[in-house]
Amino acid sequence: MPDQKQMYDKGKVVAGLVIFVVLITFPFWYNHLKAAPAPQLELTKKAQAAKNCVRSKDYMKAEHMQLLDVWRESVVRNGERVYVNEEGKEFNMSLTNTCLDCHSNKAEFCDRCHNYASVNPYCWDCHIDNPKEKK
Amino acid sequence: MSDLPKPDEFLTGIDHKMPQTDWMNTPTEIRKGMYCYASNYKSVEILGLPNARPWNPLEDDWKLPENWQQIIHEGFKERLDKFRSFKVFMDICVRCGACADKCHFFIGTGDPKNMPVLRAELLRSIYRNDFTTVGKILGKIGGGRKMTLDVLKEWWYYLFQCTECRRCSVFCPYGIDTAEVTIMGRELLNLIGLNIDWIATPIANCYQTGNHLGIQPHAFKDMLEFFVEDIEEITGINVDPSFNRKGADILFITPSGDVFADPGTYTCMGYMMLFHYLREKYGFDITWSTYASEGGNFGFFTSHETMKRLNSKMYAEAKRLGVKWILGGECGHMWRVINQYMDTMNGPADFLEEPVSPITGTKFENAKSTKMVHIAEFLADLIHHDKLELDPSRNDNFKVSFHDSCNPARGMGMFEEPRYVIKNVCNHFYEMPANTIREQTFCCGSGAGLNAGENMELRLAGGLPRANAVKYVHEKFGVNMLACVCAIDRAALPTSLEYWVPEVDTTGMTELVANALIMPGETKRETDLRGEPLPGMEEDDA
Amino acid sequence: MNGKYMFSLLAIFVLFLLPYVGVTAFGLKTLFGIFIPLIALTIFIIGFVRRIKGWSESPVPFRIPTTCGQQKSLTWIESSPIDNPTTKAGVVVRMILEVMLFRSLFRNLKFKRESNGILSYSWELWLWLGALAFHWAFLVTIVRHLRFFAEPIPYFVRALEFFDSFFRVEFFTDAFQVGLPGIYMSGIVLLAAAIYLLARRILLAQVRYVSLAADYFPLFLIIGIAVSGIMMRYASKVDIVGIKAFTMGLVTLNPTIPEGVGATFYVHLFFVSVLLIYFPFSKLMHMGGIFMSPTRNLTTDTRAKHYSNPWNYPVKTHTYEEYEDDYREKMIDAGLPVDKELAEVKE
Repeated sequence: MPDQKQMYDKGKVVAGLVIFVVLITFPFWYNHLKAAPAPQLELTKKAQAAKNCVRSKDYMKAEHMQLLDVWRESVVRNGERVYVNEEGKEFNMSLTNTCLDCHSNKAEFCDRCHNYASVNPYCWDCHIDNPKEKK
Repeated sequence: MSDLPKPDEFLTGIDHKMPQTDWMNTPTEIRKGMYCYASNYKSVEILGLPNARPWNPLEDDWKLPENWQQIIHEGFKERLDKFRSFKVFMDICVRCGACADKCHFFIGTGDPKNMPVLRAELLRSIYRNDFTTVGKILGKIGGGRKMTLDVLKEWWYYLFQCTECRRCSVFCPYGIDTAEVTIMGRELLNLIGLNIDWIATPIANCYQTGNHLGIQPHAFKDMLEFFVEDIEEITGINVDPSFNRKGADILFITPSGDVFADPGTYTCMGYMMLFHYLREKYGFDITWSTYASEGGNFGFFTSHETMKRLNSKMYAEAKRLGVKWILGGECGHMWRVINQYMDTMNGPADFLEEPVSPITGTKFENAKSTKMVHIAEFLADLIHHDKLELDPSRNDNFKVSFHDSCNPARGMGMFEEPRYVIKNVCNHFYEMPANTIREQTFCCGSGAGLNAGENMELRLAGGLPRANAVKYVHEKFGVNMLACVCAIDRAALPTSLEYWVPEVDTTGMTELVANALIMPGETKRETDLRGEPLPGMEEDDA
Repeated sequence: MNGKYMFSLLAIFVLFLLPYVGVTAFGLKTLFGIFIPLIALTIFIIGFVRRIKGWSESPVPFRIPTTCGQQKSLTWIESSPIDNPTTKAGVVVRMILEVMLFRSLFRNLKFKRESNGILSYSWELWLWLGALAFHWAFLVTIVRHLRFFAEPIPYFVRALEFFDSFFRVEFFTDAFQVGLPGIYMSGIVLLAAAIYLLARRILLAQVRYVSLAADYFPLFLIIGIAVSGIMMRYASKVDIVGIKAFTMGLVTLNPTIPEGVGATFYVHLFFVSVLLIYFPFSKLMHMGGIFMSPTRNLTTDTRAKHYSNPWNYPVKTHTYEEYEDDYREKMIDAGLPVDKELAEVKE
């Protein structure tokens, strides 16, 4: 009878298991158990002064890409340029002239989160750099 | 076969619809025509296997030992610990169903428990209940069940409806081999004395007399000498085989079925003619043995231990006779045992030499350790080196197809050698459809010890897929002869073909070779080995 | 009628309610967000390793590869080095094809009884295709998720995301908005393939007949994971930066519960945890088992090389001496040679 505790083909099995465990625990050793803090957004003075964005902060956090998509659709396809938010306030639907007017700091405002979450929006394919941002 | 339906009724009667009740709640009825008779207790006694007693599967009382559940449980555990195959195969099946319609018994019976996956589930359900925590907690909904007498009977019924052909394992994404599960299941059944007589008596015979048929040494010699006379009648040559001769170069072992029953006998005559030819021409020195007079190994269908006990004779006899290596005849499961088990069980055969053909000088590198060469490998090498004088036109009455036997196909991979030989001795060769040959070949339907008479319906059902492919080439190309390299095939296929495709006969590869072989000094042959007139000789027949 | 998939469906529903109610009604965010996931991962790793170790404690006494190609015998006969591998390299290739491309399943045939009584077998690729799509999509989805578990995000994850999302459907109506963010094919394929595998199990009579509750459960669970994931990405959008801060906290063992993350996320996370816990105790271990399958992972050079069985033991045989003792007279009469003459034995 085989010895109950003996492993057969031990070398291969252990090697396989080591590979398995190393792969599975990738996030733990890759980050050295230290989390880079989530990015803090910097608001420009102008943005701070405005207090409110076109919609609430929470809405903007999760849905801003959807809003921008809607805006593009309205402007480019339908020629409608005026956005009315829930409070009845009107905005010019424009990434460059409205959004980036306040958030003129793309690197500190847009890119930080996008990089953190590995998101590559193609806004900047057309809106080359930020014309409002002057160094 | 009188109480069997006509083939077309049989065929339309097969119903692949699944029953309304869940398989665990569908009771098993042991049906006449589908099961083999219980083992003769005297045979079981000869081998000293457990619980020898007369019993009848149709009776309620199977006369089991009182603690049979414990024996099965402990036997199960022992095998899980000894065989990784068993353990892994119990654990990893996902029941994708790819194996389901690959089984010739499922195709031929439509019985869902003949789907390989369910056959294995018969054991897995017990495994889950007895050996896994989750299975114990979840019970039936977790796919587990308790070992009861009904389950045991179901095991016995369906584990003897599997021919261990391994076709399902070709298609399984994890390589789960139902043959392996059946082998373990039959081992467990043997622990409490549940075997079938078509296996138990051959193994007892083989143990005692050296061959399955119980032919004693003098009778064995007599039978071969009958063939000597037949051969002399056909060719005018006395082939004079030798037996148990010490100092011979090579020991020849073939299944005893070929000594006993047509059409295997013609294959046996073929061996004798071939060896005589080689001796006359090249001084080839080979001996038969009456002690190791069985290539087949029904121990393989009983337990690993029994397989080893029977197989041991091959090396023991080779050692006693002092031969250089062993040549093996045409047989299916014999070759799986030789190819995958023998060296590990009874080797290393360091008293033998690495096999070299004394005629061509070819080293059989692939048999370096086992020191046993297949007759098809040996013949292919001879023909390739042009060492045989052949007249294939003598086989012109035959339109031949080749049936890959399960074990040489899926337990060895011997596809080209027999084809090469047959194509060199026959002018008319036609392959069956690609998904019914080579590694996808269908079983004859009677392997793994199921070639009995009382389970004829089962055998014909299991033989249907093979016969159906034969029928296809018969209708398309006029094939009238099915060649094979397996003694069980030669015993089983004639029956199956007679039922399904009566126009087609069965032959061994070496019979075809011997028909074509031009023996030095032979008289003009008028008939083939079967006494049928050769092509162009028909008019002389009257 | 079939209680098996109803049972599994019910189980999934309960498993959905647990985190949903737990988080929304009882605020058990720490339990469902931190404790359960970490425990689940631990169980997964330990359970998986133990299971493999358990298998390896049983030896492989005999080499029983299924030979699916021509053996290597005579030099002039072309052999199949992969389907009948005599070398370790051949076995490695065979295993790679098996593990990565499901080679055996690729052979799948469908049997049919034609009206004229002929049995026919046709190539049946759907199962192979569905299984392959399912497993690869799952793998891509898992690797893609590393963007939540690594900072900076490794290049291979970004590259994979890029290829996975190059396909961009953009159409827009007030009712239904698709296109932003970019579609990950893997998620959609995973869901579609899982639904296919489930539908197959339920609709094909043979497969339904052999299926257990344990076959439906993981499919329902994975469908639940995929649906909740897809919901968060395309429908009820979540604060992704907040989630990443949380997941990074998890894998650096310093987790904090994020603000304003909805119940969908907790359901998603809980389903994944259940899958991790369930995995080592189920058929899902086929992931490790395929590597241990003796019909695939062994060389076929069993006649060329001696292999030993660690528990090989001597057995009782009927020796030649015993045999000759049984039949000596008859053998002598028949002119067969014997080792001992009658006279020798009689003394």
